[in-house]
Amino acid sequence: MNTPAKIEINAVYKTFNEGAKAIQALDNANLAIQPNEFVTFVGASGCGKSTLLRMIGGLETQSSGEIRVNGQPIDGPGVDRAMVFQHYSLYPWLSVTDNIKFCRQLKAHSRDRTSADVEKAAGRADALLHLMGLSHVPTAYPNQLSGGMQQRVAIARALMSRPEILLMDEPFGALDAQTREVMHDLIRHVHRIEGSTIVFVTHDVEEAIYLGQRIVLMAPRPGRIDTIYEVPLPAERNQDMKLSPEFLALKREILVRIRETSGMKTDLEQLERLSAQANQSEA
Amino acid sequence: MADSRSRLWTLRAGIPRKVYLTLALAGLVVPLLLWWFVSGLEGTNKVFLPGPADVLARTWSWLSADDLLGDMAISTWRVVAGWLLSAVIALPLGLYIGSYRAVQAFLEPLTDFIRYMPAVAFIPLVMLWIGIDEGSKVAIIFIGTFFQMVLMVAEDVRRVPMAQIEAAQTMGATRGEILTKVIVPSAKPALLDTLRVTMGWAWTYLVVAELVAANSGLGYAVLKAQRFLQTDKIFAGILMIGLIGLVIDQLFRQIHRLAFPWLSGRH
Ligand SMILES: Nc1ncnc2c1ncn2[C@@H]1O[C@H](COP(=O)(O)OP(=O)(O)O)[C@@H](O)[C@H]1O
Ligand SMILES: [Mg+2]
Repeated sequence: MNTPAKIEINAVYKTFNEGAKAIQALDNANLAIQPNEFVTFVGASGCGKSTLLRMIGGLETQSSGEIRVNGQPIDGPGVDRAMVFQHYSLYPWLSVTDNIKFCRQLKAHSRDRTSADVEKAAGRADALLHLMGLSHVPTAYPNQLSGGMQQRVAIARALMSRPEILLMDEPFGALDAQTREVMHDLIRHVHRIEGSTIVFVTHDVEEAIYLGQRIVLMAPRPGRIDTIYEVPLPAERNQDMKLSPEFLALKREILVRIRETSGMKTDLEQLERLSAQANQSEA
Repeated sequence: MADSRSRLWTLRAGIPRKVYLTLALAGLVVPLLLWWFVSGLEGTNKVFLPGPADVLARTWSWLSADDLLGDMAISTWRVVAGWLLSAVIALPLGLYIGSYRAVQAFLEPLTDFIRYMPAVAFIPLVMLWIGIDEGSKVAIIFIGTFFQMVLMVAEDVRRVPMAQIEAAQTMGATRGEILTKVIVPSAKPALLDTLRVTMGWAWTYLVVAELVAANSGLGYAVLKAQRFLQTDKIFAGILMIGLIGLVIDQLFRQIHRLAFPWLSGRH
């Protein structure tokens, strides 16, 4: 562990709102993520996964504590950290290619505007179209694509500027199971050949295990990091591994822990109380 | 037969194009026939309800002997000028109200308050401040249109999905770049719709505007006809205003279709 961490999260707290309506979204989060690591955040909804990811992306500020990227405290969003959202983030008025090349229009990416660079960018966009399996629809508009294809465009757009860090917030949450499996292998492929550090938020435990090298389990009320699991699978993965004993054992362990921390028990008790009441009033 | 009838009354279900067109035509023809029938009844006073033929004849004489085209032109000019003036101010202002909470807090309550004030009530003030020539008519239409327009533009801008804006932020876009390269293009279709709807409202203020010392225009003609009990001319004037409004509305819809091909979904 003498390589410096890519992302360091030190004693981060986050409270939304003030006074009686205050919500403790994050309570003392600490985590170090190594270069080229693939980390997945998993946990019940409302445990602060998105909040933590958005803070790394610079879209949200912490109430206290510190987040460092490459040793530097972050100050707002930066081109070194690209983000992929669950949906509605593509620009529907731009074609697939123009969406992918969107960052080229921005001043932040215009320092190198020699014709050689422009050519290189065009080549990069082309390579991403191929990598993401979009080379047959370069001129289509997002509205003409399926949800899975739209997310491919969103990922390609995020990769365009060669970000060191890719932040993904339930990017496949709205896709059907088959499309998801395809996307899982695709994003693992991207991780391998782009060498990016990936932080991936999901509420799907299977997805978290299949993709991640480490799994950060978060728990709600207050939002916090609960347990960190190393995934006992080889770096190269395939769909069959989802049925391996190691995979299933880890899945069970995580699911049990989520149930323990999510307060689902009280909900069950509540249900039992309600049905008991209903029975009583019938009698 | 039973099947097609049940389909007509299925909520939101599509209906065959032929059925749609027939119904649309019937919706226009039936009232016309009704009007023609009632106006032809024994004992219907032409001063109260002239028939379609009377109105048509009056429109013709207005066109040939009088200056219908001139009235249409001047009225159109007034409406478009008032509407354009309000668009020129409302678009940037609404963009800022919709983008910055501070601007919204400062301007929206006032705008909300003013828009409930009737445009007619401003006539004395407008005459006092602007006088009685062309400017005053344009001003009335401006007052009637502007305050609604600002609020609608602001709402269109606020409807731009946050994810589109945040995606640009994570790509390093500046605030100015987000406004010009994300918010404006994203809101454009809604903005064009707002312009279309407010153009319709601008026309409804025409008669009010031409209350102010006008001596030309469709609204003025309607007002004058009322003084002389020329009910057929009142009808003709109202129909003309409606007709121009309809044409302009269709024009906007056509532009919308041509300008935003990316809106149409999967095929
Ligand atoms: N902008 C916000 N304002 C107020 N509360 C928020 C905001 N964003 C998130 N929260 C609250 O913070 C908690 C964590 O939310 P989030 O990070 O979105 O959870 P997750 O992504 O794990 O479902 C939730 O209770 C949520 O209601
Ligand atoms: Mg979330």
